[in-house]
Amino acid sequence: MSTDSWSTYILTFVTFAPLVGALLLLVFPRRDRDIRIFALVFSLLTFLLALHLPVHFHRSVQGFQYEIDRQWISTPDIHYHMALDGISLWLVVLTTFLTPLCVLISWKSVHDRVKEFFILLLILETALIGVFTSLDLFLFYFFWESTLIPMALLIGIFGHERKVYAAVKFFMYTMIASVFMLAAILWLYAHTGSFDFVVIRDQIARGRVPNLPAAAQWLFLGFFLAFAVKVPLFPFHTWLPDAHVEAPTAGSVLLAGVLLKMGTYGMLRFNLGLFPEQARHNAPWIMILALIGIIYGALVAMVQPNMKKLIAYSSVSHLGFVVLGIFSFTQAGLNGAMFVMLAHGVSTGGLFMLAGILHERRHTYEISEFGGLATPMPVYAASYLFIVLASLGLPLLNGFIGEFLVLTGAFQAKPVYGVLAATGVIWSAGYLLWMFQRVFYGKVTKPVNLSMRDMIGFEKAAVWPCAIAALLMGVAPILWLAAIDPAVQAALTPFTQVVSKVVGQ
Amino acid sequence: MTTLPAALLQTIPQGVDYVRILPELILSVFGIVVMVLDPLVDEEKSQKLLGFIGLGGALAGLLATWYMAQSPGLAFSNMVKVDDFSVFFHFLIIGIAAVVMLSSFEYMAVQRIRAGEYYALILFGTVGMALMSSAVELVLIFIALEISSISTYILTGFRRNEASSSEASLKYFLLGSFATAFFLYGVALMFGATGSTNIDLISQKLQAEPVQLLVFVAMALMFVGLGFKVAAAPFHVWTPDVYEGAPAPVVGLMSTAPKAAAFAVLLRVVFTINAPGRSGLLWVAAALSMTLGNVGALVQGNVKRLLAYSSIAHAGYLLMAFAMTGSGDSIAGISAAMFYTAAYAAMNLGAFAVVSHFANAGERYVTLEDYEGLGRSSPLLAATLTIFLLSLIGIPLTGGFFAKFYVFNAAMKAHLIWLTLVGVINSAIGAYYYLRLIVVMYMRESRKEVPVTAIPFGLGVALAISLAATVYLGILPNRILQFAQHSAQELTPPQPSAISANGEQMPPPAAIPQP
Repeated sequence: MSTDSWSTYILTFVTFAPLVGALLLLVFPRRDRDIRIFALVFSLLTFLLALHLPVHFHRSVQGFQYEIDRQWISTPDIHYHMALDGISLWLVVLTTFLTPLCVLISWKSVHDRVKEFFILLLILETALIGVFTSLDLFLFYFFWESTLIPMALLIGIFGHERKVYAAVKFFMYTMIASVFMLAAILWLYAHTGSFDFVVIRDQIARGRVPNLPAAAQWLFLGFFLAFAVKVPLFPFHTWLPDAHVEAPTAGSVLLAGVLLKMGTYGMLRFNLGLFPEQARHNAPWIMILALIGIIYGALVAMVQPNMKKLIAYSSVSHLGFVVLGIFSFTQAGLNGAMFVMLAHGVSTGGLFMLAGILHERRHTYEISEFGGLATPMPVYAASYLFIVLASLGLPLLNGFIGEFLVLTGAFQAKPVYGVLAATGVIWSAGYLLWMFQRVFYGKVTKPVNLSMRDMIGFEKAAVWPCAIAALLMGVAPILWLAAIDPAVQAALTPFTQVVSKVVGQ
Repeated sequence: MTTLPAALLQTIPQGVDYVRILPELILSVFGIVVMVLDPLVDEEKSQKLLGFIGLGGALAGLLATWYMAQSPGLAFSNMVKVDDFSVFFHFLIIGIAAVVMLSSFEYMAVQRIRAGEYYALILFGTVGMALMSSAVELVLIFIALEISSISTYILTGFRRNEASSSEASLKYFLLGSFATAFFLYGVALMFGATGSTNIDLISQKLQAEPVQLLVFVAMALMFVGLGFKVAAAPFHVWTPDVYEGAPAPVVGLMSTAPKAAAFAVLLRVVFTINAPGRSGLLWVAAALSMTLGNVGALVQGNVKRLLAYSSIAHAGYLLMAFAMTGSGDSIAGISAAMFYTAAYAAMNLGAFAVVSHFANAGERYVTLEDYEGLGRSSPLLAATLTIFLLSLIGIPLTGGFFAKFYVFNAAMKAHLIWLTLVGVINSAIGAYYYLRLIVVMYMRESRKEVPVTAIPFGLGVALAISLAATVYLGILPNRILQFAQHSAQELTPPQPSAISANGEQMPPPAAIPQP
């Protein structure tokens, strides 16, 4: 195949490779071991395909690449329009990076209905990649809703005690919020005659959409609500702890690692891209909500007796940074937001895997059940410490870069926001290290913990790539930022124009 | 030659007139054959044989529809009109009847019901429904409505050993006749107001003259009658009881085919007559049906009742497509409504086919608890039902998604923003109770012994057809939608200047080569 057609179809391959795997699994005999190997091979294959994207990505180009645009349905005018820019590029890579690790971490922990588990996991991967690659609003909504079913089923079938409650809560919360986005998308189609993101953006920018001024605020809110629930932004976060605590480990990893980013990605792409004026208008209260999320999430994480709940609330806090960065409308803030998204995906994914390893052995997440684990499980303790340090933002690891950039952006936007957000960094060091100390240091308080097995091969294979990625991202952030920066600049163009308009007056 | 014989000649039905009701004729013939054979064949054998004859009748009806589609036009002194619109509904209704008969084979045997008139009644009912979709004369519509209704009244009471079935039948009959009386009253008033019962003539009359109060009353009364048939609020109260009591395959039939027919009539009446003042009426009915249906379904423990409330809600979504007025909007509305009826028929038939298989003798297993652990005991059945339920929720890749999407899109286009919002919020609420059933099947362990038998051949085919249709409409909705849009153009009222042009659109009977 020539390079041209490669770059046209590569996105289609990456997006649908996991789905092909899932369909093949459907007719696969119920031999659990083979199913696991097959799922691993397919998810690795997808990852390798996805690596093609950053390798051949033109970093200096601002617009979309690997574009494919075909008509799918003529009335209404729905296109199969997919493309990547620096914003979505790394999110796709992150998704394909985490999925094989999810397969590995579930190797031993899932032994009932193995086939269904891996089918759902692969379908979920396709839906997630689709969310980040589609540029047609309809296609985007289509993938967006498609993530719900496999995720809800993963939680509801393979989760822990209160799994059904958590699954239904997750489903209903996000479904109800996203119908408002559907209403907004339909309004846009009715008034522009297109679902194409690029077309709609240009029409709005040129003021060619009738009745837009009256409706823009509502449209902005329609999109924003769907994204805010997904992020989750305070006060829409209540579904998250339940979903995380009850989800199986792989579910938690993808939920925290990728699903939450769908929300922040959506804000960046659609709220900022389509409605820059409204975004600027609404930024003050959104930034305040983000700040509340950062501090509230951290404080609640501090007092959690349940390790998984603690990590879940730390996600609320970290995602608050992302939203703060996005709505600071500064180059540094947006770059930072993107970087926090990726870093959080890697390190929180790692944390959830590590928590899952403990649950595997003791069937509990209660921090008080552990203590002094560093003695029986030295390798595990070392890996845990590494990921914890990455997550709390130690320099030279990935958490630091993103948070630093976001704080820079927040200072530029409004110094007091920067100061308040900076306390979040301190809090996160507090609750993570305190948790680490209670679990690993001191004497072994419960005799049962003495005989706990250290990490086994599969677990190492799942966790260590996260640690390596965290280190790499911390040492050489430019590898990532080189692609992110031009896209962020492009996303900010309307804002700089608004500013120059104001200045010009 | 004087003009008088020529005029007389025109009133005598010609050959092509019969072609235009060919499906109805064939279905009637097969129905009569079933009736005649019933006492002649051995009771044990009659089940299968009569079923196959009935199915053959439906397939022949489909073929006849295809043949009929080749000669569009008016027939029987402008009482019947064959156009793309009626062809669409003929295919849909007769197709539904065929699928229902397929899924009835096993049901009749398990429930120990003598087939007898069962298949004949389905065929006769189908005649009525098919005729409803092609009739353009209000009196003929009324007759067709009665034919279809009376068949369904009897079918509802077909589990004659069950008190609940007889109760359902009686309830349906009493309320149903009341509703059709309303419809007839409306027709009478419309005749009083416009001097005609022909839909096209009424439309012309209404455009030419100022609208009287009587027309509004007539429209409202006709809507009462049709609203009852489609189970739209506030005329929905009968639905849960009747659906609970009636045999499951019959519920599959009557929640789809008569509804489709009634919607076809409603589309013709509302859009061709271009009824004044309809939007408020339909707005309220749509919003009420969606809300009452979804809220009612939230607390149901019986799957048949749950699906009954869901069908009320879906009638509401469908009615959204009726609330628009401008002619550009109405094409979007009509085509959305047509697509919705097709998608709804596919998914609902499938869901009821599963329910009727699972119910077992005497319809014992119809509560939510009975479905616990079905995902484990019968993965295939559970997976199939899950797909239908996901389609009813409106999840992508299923017909239900595009159906809802088109309706919401049409409503948004017509600036019915609030109604769209009511719709999208309702579809989110609706997700909850369908999800409950999925949750019960997959996430709970069964607490009691519920026997699950293998899927028999007939039911398997029925399920495969519904599943294929649901998925097809969810992935490639284009062709059906375009056909619907094409036929929608024939429904929009002729503009005063364009009446003659509209006349040309329908080739006069003489222009068609005689068979």
